[in-house]
Amino acid sequence: MDLAQALLDGNRRALAQALTLVETGGPQARSLLSALFAQTGRAHIIGVTGAPGAGKSTLVAALAAYWRRAGRTVGIIAVDPTSPFTRGAILGDRIRMQTLSGDPGVFIRSMASRGRLGGIARATGDAVALLDAANFDVVLVETVGAGQGEVEIAAAAHTTIVIETPGAGDDIQAIKAGILEIADLLVVNKADRDGAEQTVRQLRAMLSLADPPADGWTPPVLTAVAMRGEGIEAIATAAERHLDYLRNSGRFTGREQERAAHELRLILQETALERVRARVSPSEWEALIAQIVARTLDPYAAADHLLERGLSHSGE
Amino acid sequence: MDRPIRVLIAKPGLDGHDRGAKVIARALRDAGMEVIYTGIQQTPQMIVEAALQEDVDVIGLSILSGAHMTLLPRLMELLRDHGMHDVLVVAGGIISDDDARILKEQHGIAEVYGPGAPTHEIVRFIQERCETRT
Repeated sequence: MDLAQALLDGNRRALAQALTLVETGGPQARSLLSALFAQTGRAHIIGVTGAPGAGKSTLVAALAAYWRRAGRTVGIIAVDPTSPFTRGAILGDRIRMQTLSGDPGVFIRSMASRGRLGGIARATGDAVALLDAANFDVVLVETVGAGQGEVEIAAAAHTTIVIETPGAGDDIQAIKAGILEIADLLVVNKADRDGAEQTVRQLRAMLSLADPPADGWTPPVLTAVAMRGEGIEAIATAAERHLDYLRNSGRFTGREQERAAHELRLILQETALERVRARVSPSEWEALIAQIVARTLDPYAAADHLLERGLSHSGE
Repeated sequence: MDRPIRVLIAKPGLDGHDRGAKVIARALRDAGMEVIYTGIQQTPQMIVEAALQEDVDVIGLSILSGAHMTLLPRLMELLRDHGMHDVLVVAGGIISDDDARILKEQHGIAEVYGPGAPTHEIVRFIQERCETRT
């Protein structure tokens, strides 16, 4: 496939078009990803998540600039939410990444979540694979502004950075389930504001309540003022240390297995749904829905019936 | 087209007044488009680079500084250099009728909107042009 070859040759327009293709999905996207799969697995994939306004884009831009100075190339996927009402989206993360403009060692792509609720888009994993195949050393994924439940990034990245800001919540917030559990690195951004030290203390206390982590990595709590570039080197170094740790402890294989299993599950769900959609006519679909509403068929039985239709060999 | 229309909204040049650009961005979002908003003070190079990386269908430019007759032709030239002939470019701002005609006839800007142009007209223009293109 020449799009795949052009991407491997470093053609940035081909990369951009390939990203559009995987976002749209379908058979062409699949054969592109199949053709490139053997070229992936080299990049350090880093997720950056945190509440809206915590400074994710600014931190991502600062980290990218740091790694560029160190001679490494950086791909960025920045996800923003799609409106559930109009399917439209405003993707505004590039505003804070202007300083990276004009650098051929950086590629930034904005992505709308398109209805997915886990903080990233359906195609984010595929987009990461394309940037990996296109030879970017580091791939940074910025999630939508996340609350407590948007934890899917942890399954898509090697290293997950969670950003907090001073004064956000008390110490019980910090031990609730969710976003803090996925952090490999915790960053208190806007650390020049009041209450930063207290937030750092609370986060460290929260971590100390837990048993020593089974995998032997205790997430460091770091401070930053991303807008002024303060604390960036320490964060970048900690992210690199985390990757070294994963490799040296044998945990890297574990993470890769988790990532692969997650990917496979998603692809399987999607493929099953697509096959069913392809083989079941809209009128048949509507008839089943009507039966469910009339309580003459339960939704589990309907799903079983559809799956049998979708996955059987007849009609191929 | 079974995917959302992707639009880059940018402000070339030095004026910092971006209310109009934000109004348009919001209207396009509400029409179901994915709008990449890049902010103020963009050079033509920065805009074309962003449009390339984002693989947009449309570039919407808001320009109030009066520098449109240098910035917009330069931008169109850069798009051609990158082989991005298929990107629809529309401009809005304070642009005289004479300048608008030259920008459309000689430089390939698809449409030019003045102050007070109804947003639904801009939305419809973009939708129609994107439909016929694919």
